[in-house]
Amino acid sequence: MNSFKKLPKLSVNNIPILTTISIFFLMYAAASIMFPGFFSLYNFVNIFKTNAFVGIIAVGMTFVIISGGIDLSVGSVVAFTSIFIAKMHQSYGMPSWISMLICLGIGLVLGLSIGCLITYFELPEFLVTLVAMFLMRGLAYVVHQGTISIQDDPFIAFMKRTGIRVGAGNLSLYVWVFILILILGILVSKYTRFGRNVYAVGGNESSAVLMGLPVKRTKVLIYVMSSLLATLGGIVFTIHLASGKPHNTIGLELHVIASVVIGGTLLTGGAGRVIGTFFGVLIYGLVFKLPAYISAFREWWAQILVGLLVLTFILIQTFVAEKTARAVES
Amino acid sequence: MDGKLLQNPNPLTKRFLFVLAGLAAILLLNLIISPEFFQVSLHEDGKIRGNLINILNNGARVCILAVGMTLVYATGGIDLSVGSVMATAGAMAALMIRPGYLQGLPVANPQPPLLLIMAVPLLIAMLLGLINGALVALVRIQPIIATLIMMYSARGLAVLMVEGQTPTYHGVPFTKLGLGYFLGLPLPVWIAAAVFLITVLVTKRTALGVFIEAVGENRKASRYMGIRTRLITMGTYVFCGLCAGLAGLVHVAGESSTSPYNTGNMIELDAIAAVIIGGTMWGGRFTLAGSIVGALIIQSLSTTVYFQRWPYEYSLVFKAVVLIVVALIQSEKLRAYAAQGWASIKSRRAR
Repeated sequence: MNSFKKLPKLSVNNIPILTTISIFFLMYAAASIMFPGFFSLYNFVNIFKTNAFVGIIAVGMTFVIISGGIDLSVGSVVAFTSIFIAKMHQSYGMPSWISMLICLGIGLVLGLSIGCLITYFELPEFLVTLVAMFLMRGLAYVVHQGTISIQDDPFIAFMKRTGIRVGAGNLSLYVWVFILILILGILVSKYTRFGRNVYAVGGNESSAVLMGLPVKRTKVLIYVMSSLLATLGGIVFTIHLASGKPHNTIGLELHVIASVVIGGTLLTGGAGRVIGTFFGVLIYGLVFKLPAYISAFREWWAQILVGLLVLTFILIQTFVAEKTARAVES
Repeated sequence: MDGKLLQNPNPLTKRFLFVLAGLAAILLLNLIISPEFFQVSLHEDGKIRGNLINILNNGARVCILAVGMTLVYATGGIDLSVGSVMATAGAMAALMIRPGYLQGLPVANPQPPLLLIMAVPLLIAMLLGLINGALVALVRIQPIIATLIMMYSARGLAVLMVEGQTPTYHGVPFTKLGLGYFLGLPLPVWIAAAVFLITVLVTKRTALGVFIEAVGENRKASRYMGIRTRLITMGTYVFCGLCAGLAGLVHVAGESSTSPYNTGNMIELDAIAAVIIGGTMWGGRFTLAGSIVGALIIQSLSTTVYFQRWPYEYSLVFKAVVLIVVALIQSEKLRAYAAQGWASIKSRRAR
């Protein structure tokens, strides 16, 4: 019993997140020293703006990964949402807020299907979400095959225009959606029964079942939430770009998973924090901003850099987790 | 041990017949929609042409990928990086054929030996597979994450190698790999057949296949039995990388150019779908023949969509639906639910 009291549970939760925060400040400082003009409020606001949609999706993914699952479909959901809204606007003159509501409905159905297939039919989550990923990508192409830009839509214009001026930048209304979702995510994970169930399911599913927790309902809800937030992210993405394209955001799932993992959430489930994901998203945004100052093939260097960063974090986590396991045993 | 296996026939044999029936059904559907789908003709130059041959020819890549993926899947893993590894191998081959491409030089003359052009990309593909395997077996990262990272890193590598351009190399001997014919059939078909046969011989005629299944079924127990589980797991990823590299060479040879963006894009779904439709269990019994038929089913779907003059991306929707339906049919839970439902209907009737 004694050893349980000494169990350094805090360290599993705290070491990765402290690493994350210090890495963020180190990288930011290094970039500011190396590249004149990098350190500006405008730049920071911009990182925030371009990655707001990643952040929204990452909040959902944090819950999925804490529960021990994975959701590969998010990138395709964003692509589908953006082209659907654009197409509805172009062909039928549908106001964007209506098509956004329709998209949220589609996201709800998708999340429910994913959740039910995983929990009630016990199909592996990578299979189900991989199928969802290709299904939504295919449907995006079925909707339309080229780029459509959205012009003169009052709702999108309103969301872009309205905001709070910060220095030379403008924190538009849709960026505040991200901050709102972030705060809600933190509250839900900490202070609701659902939030605690997510940790319990990820920590040890069979124990959670034996404890009488509603494991199946929790898991379905997690995937519903992830799909809904992916759709919301897609809506924010559409507002940000004011256009739709079916081959948008290929590879977004890796970036979102990377943000979550860099934010200190354990891939094995059971441990992690939504606030960590916030810093993970900022680091990710920073990494993708850096190569613009270095080389022409920026995206692909950043791609490899993100991969290496994720690997490093996984290694740190494995190390911490093993130490903890040893501490528990001894 | 052999005798015992014969007494309990492989449950996959029965399933294999279902898979074959599935392929027949798709082809039959095509026959009903458009009878000309089945026209096959022997041309004067000794080449057989027609949609069925196209399915075999274009399906060769997915068949090669599916063979490697089957072994990885049987160990309880998955490899999402195969498409990107194809692109990396293709980019390497392009650089071998046109070493001065980035300086704007044409195809090297004389060409380096064909064996060398093939060997270097395949080695690189195996190296990427080794990294996957090491991350999974030694660092113990979930296969899906490790290979997802590789999926984007290898794609990035391919793009960087040719600086985002598309080198072309029409008419060099290397392109025979994708365009050549042998005994009336396209060369890729023969390559796929060779990969399949060699893999079947190596896995089913030696204990290797049983070891792979054992590792997938229960890693711990296998290790206590003395199986070198890490070596086996890593080996399957290296082999999967090799298969991906070979598929990449066949692909870029057939195109006579390497597009770092399009080579193998989204083909991982095809490979995984082929394996699952074929009936291989995630961590357990595997059937290479099933995967080949699965690959042909997937390719038939693609060819059907193409034949109807729909854009390629539409086939993603069909494949996704077919895959989830097959996975559901195979799921034991669905059978249990069905049995429950049937029982309740019966009892209600009895009342």
